[in-house]
Amino acid sequence: MNVRFWGTRGSLPAALTASAVREKIVDALVAASGRTLDTPEKARAFAETLPFSVSHTFGGSTSCIELRSEGAGRVLLDMGSGARAAAGDALRELKGAPGEFHVFQSHLHWDHIMGFPFFTPAYIPGHRIRIYGCHAELEHAFRRQQAPPSFPVDFSIMAANIEFIVLEPGRSYDIAGYRVVAKVQVHGGDSYGYRFERNGKSVIYSTDSEHKLEEPDVTQSFVDFFHGADLVIFDAMYSLADTVSVKEDWGHSSNVVGVELCQLAGAKHLVLFHHEPAFDDATIERVWRESQRLEEITRGEHPVTVTAAYDGLEIAL
Amino acid sequence: MEITERRAGKTIVLAPAGRIDMSTADQFRERLIPLISSAAAGGSVVLDFSGVDYISSAGLRVLMLAAKEARNSGGAIAVAALQPLVNEIFQISRFDKVLPCHIGVNEALAAVAPTA
Repeated sequence: MNVRFWGTRGSLPAALTASAVREKIVDALVAASGRTLDTPEKARAFAETLPFSVSHTFGGSTSCIELRSEGAGRVLLDMGSGARAAAGDALRELKGAPGEFHVFQSHLHWDHIMGFPFFTPAYIPGHRIRIYGCHAELEHAFRRQQAPPSFPVDFSIMAANIEFIVLEPGRSYDIAGYRVVAKVQVHGGDSYGYRFERNGKSVIYSTDSEHKLEEPDVTQSFVDFFHGADLVIFDAMYSLADTVSVKEDWGHSSNVVGVELCQLAGAKHLVLFHHEPAFDDATIERVWRESQRLEEITRGEHPVTVTAAYDGLEIAL
Repeated sequence: MEITERRAGKTIVLAPAGRIDMSTADQFRERLIPLISSAAAGGSVVLDFSGVDYISSAGLRVLMLAAKEARNSGGAIAVAALQPLVNEIFQISRFDKVLPCHIGVNEALAAVAPTA
């Protein structure tokens, strides 16, 4: 199974600014002082030695992830603004042939559906798009965002075969070659996490999910849902202190809870996801490194790899 | 988890020992929150964490509840003598920004003592 992250930012797209790019260049040039980097190869090799937040960016598109597996259908998780790039990649690969897309929606907030009006296959006859979710308003939310005066192209103009399928949480489905189960999560209007299993590998997609930490039984239900997962994509938008104080009831979680749940569940790899749009690259990298350190100092029998998601990240399972 | 309690003037020093996690957080909360309420009106609580080996998010949440209770009731709360691992957990979770953390119990007692 291959997992590709097209959009990893939370709540709102966040573009890298000109001054932020300039500061990255300044930091890189200072770090390069005294070195001879007179070929692209030498420069690239040196760039790999720099902190991630200097040599890269975490990116600014909102939630969209792709699952690929040989013999399985093309699966997308959420239609955030990252869906635009996912569409371009799919069309290049399809080379004019009709494609089938299976889209799973965590919920219907704007940042998780805003990419669909820019999801090019939706406009092309012959493509088939099946959109799954657990909200009864699934179809309404997609149609409404393209209704006047919000968008110039009405949903009815989309020429692909688009279907909406409402799933029942807790029930196991076989879709596109994956075994899929949804779980309700705490978020304004509810959100749903998904567990995908195929060929002995499992991926959890758990974004926009607040963990209230009040009831051990509720925490245990997430430990069970994450149990033994190869990959857990987790909403780590805020610090733990913020989620239980000024941002309580905002519907999001923290890196600390992500590490704990993965440790309790025996999950192998935690991916910090849904980054706060106000955070710059250095801040996200700091949260990432601290999360790795937390995992290290609290490690039980099984280590958990901790990664911070970025637009363009690919993880092979 | 064992919890011991003593008085130092108007301040109550509460000393939990062991792990404060999902399985012990309720016990910690049931002991701590009533103390904060009873210490209101100028009273204060110092948490001697020298015996705490680990604190999870559920335990940290109890500290947030205690901080809110102290704020609402006019009391004060402080944490003292964090072990290095627990100190790192406070920093990573940003709880070091929520609660005053002191090197030792005496420093915490001095900090929460009412000024003349």
